[in-house]
Amino acid sequence: MESSENYAIEMLNITKKFPGIIANDNITLQLRKGEIHALLGENGAGKSTLMSVLFGLYQPEEGVIKKDGKIVEIRDPNDANALGIGMVHQHFKLVECFTVLDNIILGVEPVKAGILQKAEARQKVLALSEKYGLNIDPDALIEDITVGMQQRTEILKMLYRDNEILIFDEPTAVLTPQEIKELMQIMRNLSAEGKSILFISHKLQEIMDVADRCTVLRKGKYIGTVNTADTTMQELSAMMVGRNVNFHVEKKEAHPGDVILNVENMTVASKMHKKNAVNNVSLKVRAGEIVCIAGIDGNGQTEFVYGITGLEPLVSGKIEMCGQDITNMSIRKRSVSGMSHIPEDRHKHGLVLDYSLEDNLVLQRYFEPEFTNPAGFLRRANIRSYADRLIEQYDVRSGQGAETIARSMSGGNQQKAIIAREIDKNPELLVAVQPTRGLDVGAIEYIHKQLVAQRDAGKAVLLVSLELDEVMDVPDRILVMYEGEIVGEFDPKDTTEEELGLYMAGARRKEVKA
Amino acid sequence: MKKKNFLKSDGVQSFVASIICIILGLLIGFIVLLLINAKGAPDAMLGIIKNFFKWKSGAKKMENFGVTLVKTAPLLMCSLSILFSYKVGLFNIGVAGQYVAGACAALYGVFGLHWNWLGCLLLAALAGAAFGAISGLLKAYCNVNEVISGIMLNWIALYTSNMILANYLTPGRKDTPELASKAEYSKAIIPSLGLGKLFNDNKYVGLAIIISIIFAFAVWILLSKTKFGYELKATGYNKNAAKYAGMAEKRNIVVTLAIGGLLAGIGASLLFLTDFSQWDCNQTSVPAMGFNGIAAAFLGGLNPIGAIFSSFFIQHITDGGSNVDLTMYCAQISDLISAIIIYLCGFTGLIKYLFKSGIFSKKSEKDAVNANAEPAAKPVEPADAKVTDDTSADDTPAGKEAETPDNVADEEAQASGKGGEQ
Repeated sequence: MESSENYAIEMLNITKKFPGIIANDNITLQLRKGEIHALLGENGAGKSTLMSVLFGLYQPEEGVIKKDGKIVEIRDPNDANALGIGMVHQHFKLVECFTVLDNIILGVEPVKAGILQKAEARQKVLALSEKYGLNIDPDALIEDITVGMQQRTEILKMLYRDNEILIFDEPTAVLTPQEIKELMQIMRNLSAEGKSILFISHKLQEIMDVADRCTVLRKGKYIGTVNTADTTMQELSAMMVGRNVNFHVEKKEAHPGDVILNVENMTVASKMHKKNAVNNVSLKVRAGEIVCIAGIDGNGQTEFVYGITGLEPLVSGKIEMCGQDITNMSIRKRSVSGMSHIPEDRHKHGLVLDYSLEDNLVLQRYFEPEFTNPAGFLRRANIRSYADRLIEQYDVRSGQGAETIARSMSGGNQQKAIIAREIDKNPELLVAVQPTRGLDVGAIEYIHKQLVAQRDAGKAVLLVSLELDEVMDVPDRILVMYEGEIVGEFDPKDTTEEELGLYMAGARRKEVKA
Repeated sequence: MKKKNFLKSDGVQSFVASIICIILGLLIGFIVLLLINAKGAPDAMLGIIKNFFKWKSGAKKMENFGVTLVKTAPLLMCSLSILFSYKVGLFNIGVAGQYVAGACAALYGVFGLHWNWLGCLLLAALAGAAFGAISGLLKAYCNVNEVISGIMLNWIALYTSNMILANYLTPGRKDTPELASKAEYSKAIIPSLGLGKLFNDNKYVGLAIIISIIFAFAVWILLSKTKFGYELKATGYNKNAAKYAGMAEKRNIVVTLAIGGLLAGIGASLLFLTDFSQWDCNQTSVPAMGFNGIAAAFLGGLNPIGAIFSSFFIQHITDGGSNVDLTMYCAQISDLISAIIIYLCGFTGLIKYLFKSGIFSKKSEKDAVNANAEPAAKPVEPADAKVTDDTSADDTPAGKEAETPDNVADEEAQASGKGGEQ
């Protein structure tokens, strides 16, 4: 047994109940001084609740929090700040039109007689930046700097406030591989200087790389804490999911057939800026192959998919599906002609959240004679039996079966419902945009299997992904998109994440023929 | 457990919320009466609530009950217009103008074209639909907010109607002639079907009220049973998803407002073609009927069947306002009091929201909601609410356990709704 003094913060036997649900069931998390401690768990495992308890947003029913061995009470986030606990949120909380320095001092501005003392603050920020190798320009505007730099601004915000306990909430989700490496180094520097770091993630590789220890939660329960040096990714994932998970998508050699989707010189305007979001892109997707568009978020992938699916008009270019020109076809016609679309944003496009699950499952087919009689009345009985079949076949779990309101379902099951709907249409072309976003490993494994099954059934699959693991694992061909253009084509067997990262960041490009 | 579920059901919550609003409205109205003249307040309030019950003789009661019914028909149509559009995500404040356009068309049919009642009614439907469609076209293709165009069109409709109908005035009068005054007009009176006899020979009571109730059921069936209703509601709940699913979301907006206008236009004809009321060609304010329809729609829980009852209630209160003793209160008091009550009736949505967000529930639930709403607590956007979602979906299908995710979802809906609306 180690003595309590070695811990920066301890959460002992924390239990937090919501009506009918135990979100945290007797969870213990002990963060040693100067260590990097990972908190691992699926969506819904209770990570967020635990962090909310630490920040004083929830009061636990049972358990105590100790700082430096002394019991403390954290009633609200101000108490947490006073105890030196700081957090880098996944979605940054920065003022876009302020400079880095302004953002850092926001809320704790040094003031003399009502006048800002920025010079003083600048000294401190520059000193901190140098000490931890953050390398930032305090006068740059947030909107002008990269996501990685914005994250460093968030880190500096914590350091400027002399926080000793730093929480990183899924910090790598928005970064390129190179930026991830740099962040890992920054985290190591911080811990070497005595800061204690809590690192929330469900990316196992990163945890293995950077963390000293890892605490695993599953369904609100504490599963265990292990030294990363003594464990493997397989073991961690088994702890997290409760069963062994296959990371690598098992798939046979692809046998590409006819060209299903043929895009020629597609250009799509941007809603955000004057430049075109997609610029003169040409590509082909064949039956029986999975082609992945890789890239960092915001490089035109969204608009590219909008162009293909008909959600946005093209500025110029031509799209053919199964030899038919669909450039000016309506969304409905494209859908009926054999295009399925698993949209990027399941809440914005994929579901009518206030509709029941069954109504969502027929969203692409409700007008067919099977579901609407000639007088225009819905055939409710048919909709129900169709929904029940999909729910059973695709294992969509919900509280009240077909009648469940989509909004009340978990993200993973919402996504399964969309996938069931789109795959059951038996499409020729499946456009899947970030189909595993925000899902846990179990659901990801399922969805990847479905994509490969579609490929093996001779369908063309166009996958758009921001996740490098997915990009490396699932497709048969990778196309990297950077600033609206295809800058490289790769065979996943012959490339590395590092190489892709260079192309994704725009550091390299090569000519690609469609 | 079962009781809990019952209380949690949407219909029951709507009903309770409506009752709470009515009570609050009566209470505040009473306080205003007390402030103005404490002595007469109890009598005045009773008079408003009693409306036709104040009459001693049964025959008089029935006759005045009939009057309230006559005016309920157009109000119900206006509230149907509002709730129909609202289900599709549009706030049809132009209902008042569509109502005016309907009135004008119906009366033009009578005085100008000498048509019978059915022809006049259809003409009114067409005029209302045309005004609705203008708002719809502007919304769908020029992105003009339907509230703005609706308010503008209200005034356009009013003054255009005054101009057109002024051609048919008897010299020296500002109201249009009574339909019964001339044989060629009287065929435009909606038949009473002998119903008036039940109401102490109140000849205005008749087919109109039946037509409006039929429309309430028709709207209910359209919204809940048909492909068309499925599309319209999908567009209303999430127009992006509707577009994604290949629905013609722009056309749906135009059609929705056109149907809304059609309902309001018919509503106007149901009043003016009973000959109960005449058009005042000098009026300079848009008739309150359309706006009262907004309150009736919300008080009825945005349900077409509920609207039948809420419309009657609001008309009942409005008519009851005329019972206030004018020696104690100024002439505007009856309008003021019924306006306060109607105003409060519009708060059913808020009351329901308060139910759901757990203001009336235990503290622990409230905590959960607040913390979930607090952005700092849940930085991971996709994981929002999943802590509870997963568990409830997998293990605890219904009832109390599902409260937390429900609450969160509602809060989100409210937040996003507010964001999207403006």
